[in-house]
Amino acid sequence: MGLRSYIITRILLTIPTLLLLLSMVFLFMRVLPGDPVYLHFEKKATPEQVEQMRHLLGLDKPLWTQYIDYLLGLVNFRYFLQHGYPNLGKSMQNYEPVGGQVFSAFPATLELAIYSMLIASVMGILLGVISSKSYNSVLDHLIRGLGTIAYAIPVFFLGIMFQLIFGVYLHWLPTGLRINPNVQPPAHITGLYTLDSLLEGNLFKFFESLKALLLPSLTLGIVLSGMFIRLTRTNMLETLRLDFVTAARARGLKESTVTYGYALRNAFLPILTMMGLQFAMLLGGAILTETTFSWPGLGSYIVSRINYRDYTAIQGAVVMFGLFVTLVSLVVDILYAYFDPRIRL
Amino acid sequence: MNEVKIKRSILARLIPRLTSLTKRGPSGWMIIVGIVIVSALVIMTVIGPYVSPHDPSAILVGPIRAPPSLQFPMGTNHLGQDMLSRVLCGGSIMLQVAAFSVLICFIIGVPIGLFSSYVGGFFDSACSLVIDALYAFPGLVIAIAIAAMLGPGVINMALSIAVVYIPSYFRIVRSQVLSIKELAYVEAARASGSKWYTILFRYIFPNVIPSIVVVVTINFADAILTAAGLTFIGLGVAVNIPDWGWDLTKGRELIASGTWWVITFPGIMIILLALGFTFIGEGLSELLNPKLQR
Repeated sequence: MGLRSYIITRILLTIPTLLLLLSMVFLFMRVLPGDPVYLHFEKKATPEQVEQMRHLLGLDKPLWTQYIDYLLGLVNFRYFLQHGYPNLGKSMQNYEPVGGQVFSAFPATLELAIYSMLIASVMGILLGVISSKSYNSVLDHLIRGLGTIAYAIPVFFLGIMFQLIFGVYLHWLPTGLRINPNVQPPAHITGLYTLDSLLEGNLFKFFESLKALLLPSLTLGIVLSGMFIRLTRTNMLETLRLDFVTAARARGLKESTVTYGYALRNAFLPILTMMGLQFAMLLGGAILTETTFSWPGLGSYIVSRINYRDYTAIQGAVVMFGLFVTLVSLVVDILYAYFDPRIRL
Repeated sequence: MNEVKIKRSILARLIPRLTSLTKRGPSGWMIIVGIVIVSALVIMTVIGPYVSPHDPSAILVGPIRAPPSLQFPMGTNHLGQDMLSRVLCGGSIMLQVAAFSVLICFIIGVPIGLFSSYVGGFFDSACSLVIDALYAFPGLVIAIAIAAMLGPGVINMALSIAVVYIPSYFRIVRSQVLSIKELAYVEAARASGSKWYTILFRYIFPNVIPSIVVVVTINFADAILTAAGLTFIGLGVAVNIPDWGWDLTKGRELIASGTWWVITFPGIMIILLALGFTFIGEGLSELLNPKLQR
């Protein structure tokens, strides 16, 4: 099977996964005990108000019709082209389309996710390699200990500690928001502030947004790096024992070439797979990090909607997270097939 | 008399096993340290209400937001509650939630995994497809969605966390059973006319237990962190019970004034608890990983 047909099959396989995922979200939000409309009003509404909201949101229809409407809304391309976002229903709080709110919050989460992933993978892989090279030494135990502690820290606790040290005591870095409130955010091109300000050619805005990004992405990156350290270490330990590494050394190659050019290259594939899986965990951590740093992304959106008991909005945001994760795992699988031709066989 | 005898015999069997761990190198020590941390925290939570200097829920036992001093070694919070007492008693909700969620995961995930891989065929494929979709989803997002629908409460919180971790149990059990069921002794059992449930639960299940133990300990750590996360975003158990997660959440609002003690001490407790379980899990998985044994 060539790379192209592998990609096509993989994309086709995404459809049942997505369908399953969307159905599960629907199941969780609609079939679990607890009527969303009643919960929204906290039992303080008249029957007429409840009926009216049911009708406006289409919740008075039979469950099957609702389910079909929900799926059709997502694949309605005409709606998507008209509005620039998919039809995810309307918010229970203000009857505005959830799709629009979710799409405008998404770039903030994406930007945080990209930078945290960068920090986590660079830190994790580097420390993991160093740890495996000095197997069973003090340095190895130290790095492993650090990795384990990083894994056990609640991400919001680390975030608050950073805010306390770098924001409250030292006044070095901002403790919230995507950019200094006195600075006009860059024009919306991609929605990623660092990229947009570079496209605008405004270095000042670039550094301002980078400064705001530093603490949140460091927080999330450090917590995630624990898993990366452990993974890289285990994979490198296994690879460093293989014959081809010994052979490379015997040929008199530099140790750094053997480690990074030969061993890490081969240990990298399982790490890449884990990166894809970790992405789901990263998004979970992003919700907490966003809440800690008042970062206006999808996570903050969900949390603020929980306070309003806005169930349609929560459902829309959950769907968005699901779509995002599915897309990332698709990309990771394709990358994997590209790097490792055995997968395509 | 009889009871004492039994207890001693269990202890007598357990202690040599624990001491033999010291001969297993760093992984063995990790397990021991983990067990010590976890048991210390569990004991602290159990006896906490009897030894804490103040009522952990009583407000204004001291001045508001007093920094740590001799009288209040961990300071007081914005309600004038004694933080030391709250730290001593605050683990109970988290431990309960974690224990219930692990129990639910075990009761649901393990039998489905055993059965699905043993039967194979369409049932297995269907189960795997659903579980894989669930596994790929951001765990905290599912937990939030379910917890928001179910409302507050220890069991509800445990349920919403359990849904996230059932896939881990299913996957590990399934992959183990797939290789075990092909072994000769299982075939022998089948040939001698054993019923399928006898084969599954008496012959296959015991061999899966070591891998499940690793998952259980790591699941404990994850459940604790998830419970803390759910509390942090406002989906915790909203009652007048001291809880580390709740203290962290409230303490966050106080840091602007430099009040570090309200979050630091409960936070360290959560880290220690999660760390203890992670140590046990990591040590066990390293001991059981044949690839890393020289």
